[in-house]
Amino acid sequence: MNTETLGTAPPAVELEGITKRFPGVVANHDIRITVEPGTVHAIVGENGAGKSTLMKILYGMQRPDEGTIKVNGAEMSFRTPSDAIAAGIGMVHQHFMLADNFTVLENIVLGAEPGRGGVLDATGARERIRQLAAGHGLQVDPDRLVEDLGVGDRQRVEILKVLYRGARILILDEPTAVLVPQEVEELFENLRELKAGGLTVIFISHKLDEVLSIADAITVIRRGTTVASVDPRDVTARQLAELMVGSELPTPETRESTVTDTVALKVSGLTMEADGHRPVPKGASAGAYVDRLRQEGRRLLLDDVSFEIHQGEILGIAGVEGNGQSELIEAIMGIRPVHGDIALGGEDISGWTTLRRREEGIGYIPEDRHRQGLLLEASLWENRVLGHQTRKPARKGVWIDRRAAKADTARIVEEYDVRTPSVDTLALALSGGNQQKLIVGREMSSGPRFLIAAHPTRGVDVGAQAAIWDHLRNARAAGLAVLLISADLDELIGLSDTLHVIYRGRLVARLDPSDVTPERLGGYMTGAIPAAEEA
Amino acid sequence: MPAGLYRALLTVAGAMAAIVLAVAISSVAIIAAGASPQAAFAALFNFGETERSVVNGITTMINRSVPLFIAGLAVAVGFRMNLFNIGVEGQYRIAAVCAAYVGSLFTAPAPIQIVAIMVVAAAVGGLYALIPALMKVGRGVNEVISTIMLNYIAINLTAFLVRGPFVGAREKGQLTTHTPVLPESAWFPDLNVVFEMFGLPAPRGGGLWGFLAVAILLGVGVWVVLERTRFGFDVMASGLNASAALASGVDPKKMVISAMVLSGAIAGLIGLPEILGDKHSFGSNFTPGLGFLGIAVALLGRNRPAGIAVAALLFGFLDRAQGPLQFASVPPSVIAIMQGTIVLLVVVANEITSRVALRREERRAAQQLGRNTPVEVAA
Repeated sequence: MNTETLGTAPPAVELEGITKRFPGVVANHDIRITVEPGTVHAIVGENGAGKSTLMKILYGMQRPDEGTIKVNGAEMSFRTPSDAIAAGIGMVHQHFMLADNFTVLENIVLGAEPGRGGVLDATGARERIRQLAAGHGLQVDPDRLVEDLGVGDRQRVEILKVLYRGARILILDEPTAVLVPQEVEELFENLRELKAGGLTVIFISHKLDEVLSIADAITVIRRGTTVASVDPRDVTARQLAELMVGSELPTPETRESTVTDTVALKVSGLTMEADGHRPVPKGASAGAYVDRLRQEGRRLLLDDVSFEIHQGEILGIAGVEGNGQSELIEAIMGIRPVHGDIALGGEDISGWTTLRRREEGIGYIPEDRHRQGLLLEASLWENRVLGHQTRKPARKGVWIDRRAAKADTARIVEEYDVRTPSVDTLALALSGGNQQKLIVGREMSSGPRFLIAAHPTRGVDVGAQAAIWDHLRNARAAGLAVLLISADLDELIGLSDTLHVIYRGRLVARLDPSDVTPERLGGYMTGAIPAAEEA
Repeated sequence: MPAGLYRALLTVAGAMAAIVLAVAISSVAIIAAGASPQAAFAALFNFGETERSVVNGITTMINRSVPLFIAGLAVAVGFRMNLFNIGVEGQYRIAAVCAAYVGSLFTAPAPIQIVAIMVVAAAVGGLYALIPALMKVGRGVNEVISTIMLNYIAINLTAFLVRGPFVGAREKGQLTTHTPVLPESAWFPDLNVVFEMFGLPAPRGGGLWGFLAVAILLGVGVWVVLERTRFGFDVMASGLNASAALASGVDPKKMVISAMVLSGAIAGLIGLPEILGDKHSFGSNFTPGLGFLGIAVALLGRNRPAGIAVAALLFGFLDRAQGPLQFASVPPSVIAIMQGTIVLLVVVANEITSRVALRREERRAAQQLGRNTPVEVAA
């Protein structure tokens, strides 16, 4: 790094030759990173490249076998995260660690409560939070309940929590993974303010365009070691990606259209009340009932959603999260009751159970794999059976066919490149990308007619992303109909044959992915461009 | 080493460590009670001098273990899907009194008579467990609260039935009331032949309860159902991740009802070893508390039939020592302290060992990331 222009201040963090071995494997090998104070320093790398281990070392959760950590020029040896916090290092985790039923203030002081004679000094804490918030442009009302806050606000609370403990060096672990584009912009604004306030930010990500727009310096990690430290002004996203994966960057472009005339799935007039499903009153038609709901000004999670997906077609749904996507998926899966009709291959399936829908050929890649997709404490082969417990090869009469299930899991492990020691490994031992590959492999294995793919590559590294895209494209070419829901606009535009935008539970626009710009799409998604009638 | 074997070995090692620690803690309690730990532990392992007394001791231990094992199985079926059937206590008592009464009403060839009694017991237990299941499914009533309340009802209802409608003839001078005595065709043959095979004398009293064989079959059956069938898979999936199970097409309502009823049906059998093997009626002095002990046994056995068998034998072993301990002038409540500390420590040990096993798996999976080639998988 250029020490002349930065003066004599020592680096905020200096890692020298950090090596961390686990029995039989080297997770980190000779890591060298120098983070200058008052900068945003990005660390990029594939999932499993060793970023998490490195951050655990820096945050005192694991001790390195070799190498030195220097903070502000002084050599440190962290035993626990408390040591790291004492040295001014704070970590904002990817998954928020907030108590929903506490206020912002209570969450921030939790674990570091300012006391006055055994009583919480709320006034003093509020004053300090106000100061921190104003000083860094992190506007949050300290007295609001966290459960009422949006994702962006929650993240600001997390950052404030860390600042409140006196951190001068912030580690942000994939902070944009949960944010929509505008929130990302707001976060970056916050980060710039923090930087201006003299704080140092270590930013872990694999979203390269974001890294390029916010970072002052970038370090690339590949296979456990630092392969390059670059200046974002000198590189393009494509060059960075090549450094990261060491190969060509995948493109989400689909080739020739494979859309057929056969309708695989048709939904019409799907409507869902926000305050719990009520059956249509006797004698009234569903349409009239829904009209009445609308007139009464009831909030609707889904409002008259209709579309058709043909065999060989990928229909993408774009939208800011929380505009009805989850409800739409769960309605189609039969997990949540809904008004309106759903037909699979011309057959009305509205009355079918989730099990029947799955058996008849609906595949489901859920948006939250830990919540809906996996049994984390069960083995991989048992996870292969999940959702297919009534079908071949997992079932033999009333029995689970363990041998066949294991053999088929082995096939998925091979074909989908799931990196695991064995099919008996517990699902939670795998990295997110490998878990996702297993789910994709599982859902494809039963030869579905229609697939719901919700955020199929969320939190997945570039290599696995390319593989999953290829699998989706191949299945589409083989006649699969896919409902794709994603927050990654490049993925949506690149894979979809048809693109709808959902906003407040309504499909507000139908766009042609071949001539839509991210800007126009963003306009519909945020309601900035008013709803156009469907073509 | 395969991951599964490693996890199992680790679990056993953890349980052993917990028991050693529990012995140490109980020694403190024994000293506090003014007795000598050596004398206490000597009494624990003292099965007597003669062959006959050893046989008697072993018989007492196994006879005590049999109902505990069944109780543990009943609780475990619910626990496997995070369904806390605290109502095993009430379910077995009401089932026992009904089965004993119904069995005394008719006389049939032994196999038919015994099977009929077992069916009645399982049906009553299952039906009684159906109440909290329906309340949970229909109105979202927490099964812990409803089963505890239903225990009170069952215990008092049982006491009423055995004194009132189901009461049998009482001998002069007898203080307890009983249901009518079962016909001899309902007396479950004992297993004393096992001792005779080894040239040992038969134990006194009712002997080694033949219901042990039924319990073993039941344990194997529960294992097969939970570990090998689709139903068992659905139970496991619902227990590990209810929302994933729902998204995978497992109907949570159906699962709550079927698991609860199965648990209650097994609970219904808890009283039968004693009724069919020894007392031949249900009396007001019938052994209480087996359902609550079953919770501890299931916890100790990690909800797996083999583990529950070991836990039940351990509890039976400790309970057998009540008498010898008194001869050694050690307060027998030491046994309760030991049982309590063992359960607590084993739960703690399980938590620790599962974390250790998990960390090892994560490491192995991380190693795999270093290699690019897909792995050879042994199916």
